[in-house]
Amino acid sequence: MDLRLSGAEATAEERAAVDALLDPLLGPREADDRAGPDSGHEARGHRHLLLPALHAVSDAVGTLTEGALNHVATRLSVPPADAYGVATFYAMFTVEPRAPRVVHVCDDVACGAAGGEALAGRLTAELGPEGTGADACWVRSPCLGLCERAPAVMFQLAGEPDFSHAPAVPDDVVAAARASSVVAGAATAVEADAAFADPGVSVPQTRAPRGERLRLLRRIGTVDPESLDDYRAHGGYDALRRAVDLGATRVIAELKDSSLTGRGGAAFPTGVKWDGVAAAPARPHYLVCNADESEPGTFKDRVLMEHDPFGLVEAMTIAGWVTGCERGYLYVRGEYPLATRRLAGAIEEARRRGYLGDDVMGEGFTFDIELRRGAGAYICGEETALLNSIEGFRGEPRNKPPFPSVSGLFGKPTVINNVETLYNVLQVLDVGGPAFASIGGERSTGTKLFCVSGAVAVPGVYEVDFGTTLRELLTLAGGLRGELRTILLGGAAGGFVMPDQLDVVLTLEGAREIGATLGSGVVLAFDTDADLTAILRRIAAFFRDESCGQCVPCRVGTVRQEEALARLERGAPLGSRDTELALLDDLARVMRDASICGLGQTAPAALQSALSLNLLSTPPDPSTNGHRKVTTT
Amino acid sequence: MTTTPVMLGDIKRVVTVTVDGREVRVPEGSTILQALHAEGTPQQADTPTLCWAPNLDPINACRACVVEVEGSRVLVPSCARKVEDDMEVRTDTDKVRHSRRMVLELLASSVDMSQASADVARWMSEYGVDADRYGPPAPPAQAGERDRRHAGHHHAPDGSHAETVAQPVKIDNDLYVRDYSRCILCYKCVNACGTDAQFTFAIAAAGRGFDARIATEFDAELPDSACVYCGNCIGVCPTGALKSVREHDLRAGDDWHPEEETVTTTVCSFCGVGCNLELHVQQGSIVNVTSPADHSVTHGHLCVKGRFGFQHVQNL
Amino acid sequence: MFGAGGGTSAYVEAEDADLLILWGSNARETHPIFFHHVLQGLRKGTRMYSVDPRRTSTARWADGWLGLDVGTDIALANAIAREIIHADLVNHAFVDRATTGFDDYARSVEPYTLERASQITGVDAVLIRDLAHAYARADRAQICWTLGITEHHNAADYVFALINLALLTGHVGRYGSGLVPLRGQNNVQGGGDMGSIPAKLPGGYDLGDDEARARFETVWGAPITPEPGMHLSQMFEAMEAGTLKTLYCIGENPAESEANATHARHLLEGLDHLVVQDIFRTATADLADVVLPAAADWCEYEGTVTNSERRVQRVRKAIDPPGQARPDTHIICAVADRLGHDWGSPTAEQVWDELRSLSLNWHQGMTYARLEEHGGIQWPCPTLDHPGTPLMHARLWADDPAEIGTPAPFTPVEHVPPVDVLTEDYPIRLTTVRLLDAYNSGVQTGGYSSPMRRREALRMDRDDAQRLGITDGEKVRVVSRRGSVVAPVALDPSLRPGLASFTPHFSEEVDTNVLTNDAWDPKSGTSEFKATAIRIEKLADDVSRLPAAGH
Repeated sequence: MDLRLSGAEATAEERAAVDALLDPLLGPREADDRAGPDSGHEARGHRHLLLPALHAVSDAVGTLTEGALNHVATRLSVPPADAYGVATFYAMFTVEPRAPRVVHVCDDVACGAAGGEALAGRLTAELGPEGTGADACWVRSPCLGLCERAPAVMFQLAGEPDFSHAPAVPDDVVAAARASSVVAGAATAVEADAAFADPGVSVPQTRAPRGERLRLLRRIGTVDPESLDDYRAHGGYDALRRAVDLGATRVIAELKDSSLTGRGGAAFPTGVKWDGVAAAPARPHYLVCNADESEPGTFKDRVLMEHDPFGLVEAMTIAGWVTGCERGYLYVRGEYPLATRRLAGAIEEARRRGYLGDDVMGEGFTFDIELRRGAGAYICGEETALLNSIEGFRGEPRNKPPFPSVSGLFGKPTVINNVETLYNVLQVLDVGGPAFASIGGERSTGTKLFCVSGAVAVPGVYEVDFGTTLRELLTLAGGLRGELRTILLGGAAGGFVMPDQLDVVLTLEGAREIGATLGSGVVLAFDTDADLTAILRRIAAFFRDESCGQCVPCRVGTVRQEEALARLERGAPLGSRDTELALLDDLARVMRDASICGLGQTAPAALQSALSLNLLSTPPDPSTNGHRKVTTT
Repeated sequence: MTTTPVMLGDIKRVVTVTVDGREVRVPEGSTILQALHAEGTPQQADTPTLCWAPNLDPINACRACVVEVEGSRVLVPSCARKVEDDMEVRTDTDKVRHSRRMVLELLASSVDMSQASADVARWMSEYGVDADRYGPPAPPAQAGERDRRHAGHHHAPDGSHAETVAQPVKIDNDLYVRDYSRCILCYKCVNACGTDAQFTFAIAAAGRGFDARIATEFDAELPDSACVYCGNCIGVCPTGALKSVREHDLRAGDDWHPEEETVTTTVCSFCGVGCNLELHVQQGSIVNVTSPADHSVTHGHLCVKGRFGFQHVQNL
Repeated sequence: MFGAGGGTSAYVEAEDADLLILWGSNARETHPIFFHHVLQGLRKGTRMYSVDPRRTSTARWADGWLGLDVGTDIALANAIAREIIHADLVNHAFVDRATTGFDDYARSVEPYTLERASQITGVDAVLIRDLAHAYARADRAQICWTLGITEHHNAADYVFALINLALLTGHVGRYGSGLVPLRGQNNVQGGGDMGSIPAKLPGGYDLGDDEARARFETVWGAPITPEPGMHLSQMFEAMEAGTLKTLYCIGENPAESEANATHARHLLEGLDHLVVQDIFRTATADLADVVLPAAADWCEYEGTVTNSERRVQRVRKAIDPPGQARPDTHIICAVADRLGHDWGSPTAEQVWDELRSLSLNWHQGMTYARLEEHGGIQWPCPTLDHPGTPLMHARLWADDPAEIGTPAPFTPVEHVPPVDVLTEDYPIRLTTVRLLDAYNSGVQTGGYSSPMRRREALRMDRDDAQRLGITDGEKVRVVSRRGSVVAPVALDPSLRPGLASFTPHFSEEVDTNVLTNDAWDPKSGTSEFKATAIRIEKLADDVSRLPAAGH
């Protein structure tokens, strides 16, 4: 296409980073590029590589400069304004000069009061105010998905692998932020990985004596996540073998018998979804695994991917085979460096050993997986926003219908499954649909992972049968620390459950009975010391930050909601407290009724829940001057 | 004006839908909004729209046109949702009225809507918009400040002021201005510059959330961007955020007289494509040029010569 | 074509074509709103080839670009035909039913092997083959062209070469398939339809058509000679021969727009009497004995114009003409009055209704009211209930031979290189190109301030410049066999080695047509604007450096 670019040119380093990614995929660029970018449909068909190309630049040099963006635009035939629009959509990218070493400090609902704010204070003293500093800087981050070991930070380093620290020790964070040699950095990433090597921290049920009823988590802590052979020694690829033996139709029948529903939040029957795509006449079909786990307080998918990556590869292969896809996209949250490394390794190993590729397992079918990294956008967990993100567009949700099973990735029939759902597929094939359905009932069959954090003795991912009560789950997590004030169930898009509701049965149906939702399985407990107003403001700020901005109810509504909450917090309502509550209710209604996607529709949920439960009745503390109270544990 | 019948047009099935209890029949593939426009009562046909235009693919961003559809938990955008057999649509429920009012109110509280069409002003009044209840507007941003905001980060508000998109107007060329204090982020200009007409892609949405804005790459001035000055962005802008320098200057000089304006349809004097031009004339001078959205040659879109090349008849 | 001087298809069909060939057309810049339809097609999957010496902004949207040498299009077209024939991709069902002369045509293209065509055109034989197969295999395919085809000394042959391809493959007379000449000016089509082609009467009737002529004579009350008049190039020859001494020039600026401009101006100056009727005081008006100020009819009076899809549309008065300027028809009637003929003061609609009464096949059904109602109507529109004709020549697909009517003839044509040959003294090919924001000699578009406008420059290839020791922005002398101009250089990546370009838009900066060749096509009268042989000379060191001209 007839792109017009500014005169800014990429540096050799930027060029090399982009070309290292693109040359193997597109072929090297011709030496004579006078004629400008290639033309035609083929050249215009590479836009889906935009996000990986931006990552390549960001990984190598940190800032996405005008010259680098021009180079990316030229190579991918993407208009520079579009590339800029995409680059500025993601929080992990920066188009303004920024230090090459960035510490993302989680200040979200689980980490903020658990050391995150204290860490922010320490880093301000050491590195300067947020976002400043020539060599290293720190920025606030929404939930990093490491809630079971709060507080968490993630290091995003130009020229070095990213890694996380959790629990983050302030002295170590400062030291790592300042370390600058590449060698040291690589070593640090390995060390950081090692710090996660004890899955017993994340999944307490795997500690001795090992929990007996683990299914989804059964390989966590027992299997070597980097060894395909060890995976096979632990039953790996039995499910794919069984699927092939059964045939696609029977697999779908088993799934339907299992009543397995999607664990991403919408609880759509997985068998029905697969059946729809398998039968769709348009070709090709695509598989997408939604591993953009970003709901504050959620970390179960991360744990699965870090410690049992081959399980996801196998489950995706089954899904691809059953639904007629030759290609699956695995979209992993950008803030999950270890999961990304482990999955990349597993995919590479599976490919090398013939478990992915042109003749999977010698069974004569083709399937391969492309790993895609998000770059800091909660909205990309919305399935159609995720599709746009993969295609190289801004992660803005699409209008539905058409649904992805009809017109999804690249406009083709697409099956999109959440990580936990896919691990359940292995389980269904292991025990059979009816046996799976014998646990729990209705739309809540099988087992469910819960992300228990906050004021409990032993935070972590817990696997329980559907039908377990909240009280039993808390007991499993070692009981509460302190006196329970409330529990955030389902995440920022969920709601609060009060101490007198702990006997709620943890099923989709049971939660609905008390007006709650299981959401992404978040169980975040707050004791009576917790600053709930600060929590609610953090949630309001979260939605204001994470709104994509496409539709008016969410784009402006999240701003007005945060402003109104701030006034209530300060005890300075416009009019009366009642007019503010009415205003918030008006906002909640338009966001819930008229937003395009689930983000806007649920953005007022937690706040409305808190208001209805009188959780915001605490008189304001004038000493905080509108800012949250800093507490440490 | 209708266009010439097209040979070999698709043969469309007719779909029956119920709108506020009354059955209407429209061709398959129509949107609910098209059904309301074609078969609705005057009140139903008067569905508020901002991001919709007859010559653009549905954008589905403003949500002013939402209606209730039986079986749908949330409201649906009538501009984008296609009719289906036995669909039950309701356009005048509390839920619909509330959302429409709130959409208009949220925009009015954050954007300068004073140059939007008379319809928009009427809708705001009819739906009972009270933009003041969010507090006094925050002071305007410095030039370029909104263009540098980083996704996922904002300063915690204290709620004493309502945040707005107010900022200085951008004037960087002789043909048109960008007054983003008036921008409701309807994406029409982006799509007219892009896949709905011009395919130049000089502008795109950048940033995220309330800090999203329409921008060139790195906020470059238009002459340094890919812009080819077709002005199709101006042609679709519903709020006066994009307008010709001439209109901007006349308004600034208090010499803008829309009540006296005549609009005459003629044909462009340049190449042989034969684009229809609507010449907007005030006080004997051409002040703007548009094209009819339903004209089969242009679909309402022009090139730089058609939109701005008229000056030779006024350089006297 | 096939007896009707107009394109076969409606613009919208480009959106539904499977393949588009833009041949000698940078529609992206010269016909931007037509290109919108092309782009919608591309969005839906249409594949596009660009045949153009330059890698234009149009070519940059194409799936294949055939960057041929200027003036070798016929060799390319004939080679495509030969390949289609040899690959057995001829649409015999169509050729047999609706054409004549296939065998002669097949013989005529036989020498144009891919290898030979590749040698002549400079295009890779594989690309030629690809295009041939893609065109022949496509279900719906159009060829669209502009001045890259028609501004040659043998322009009509160029057009025949393209028509032959459409006949060979049956890409005509069906929705989405067709031949689309994109007209350079807003009423070139309408002007021709109204009889300004020397051999034609209004409505497309041949002057030799006795019955038609008789009808016109009756209504006009004057005899009409069956002999064609002169076209523009012949007029200049007649001026040179001294047989044409008086010229009445309406809305044309030959002093700047004619090829070999120095010579043209000399001839205009030598006229006994020159009358210029124009909306501007043009360079031609400066030479005139009488200047008649005209209204800009497109916005200061009424009438109709006809576009490249044969759509007749009304123009309307929006503002008053300045000063003493009057509509063209008023001036002509006044001149007639002075010459002793009372033509009255007809309104534009009355003039149009007279035309309708005579143009029975094309225009009779187009009342002003109907044009208004339908947003224009595409001819032929013979009756008041006729919807107009978006797609022409569907008759060629009829089963009934009577309905097919006159079959469409193949017209064998041969490659003849440009008259202005490249030699050691004149080694660079100069072609003329047009820019998006400017128009023809620039008298109209000079009136507004385009932010894209750059100083006129000789655009040339980077390697050529390097070889000559010329840098971007340097002023050079450009010499052709007819004259020379001084201009700055702008390196342009769309140009290949050996190719340079000027625009015709800015004669006050660079008088391009001083260089161009006035050799003209005997069949159409068009001059060879597109193929001038030049050399580029460095100037002495003292010449001031100019800022680099942009691209």
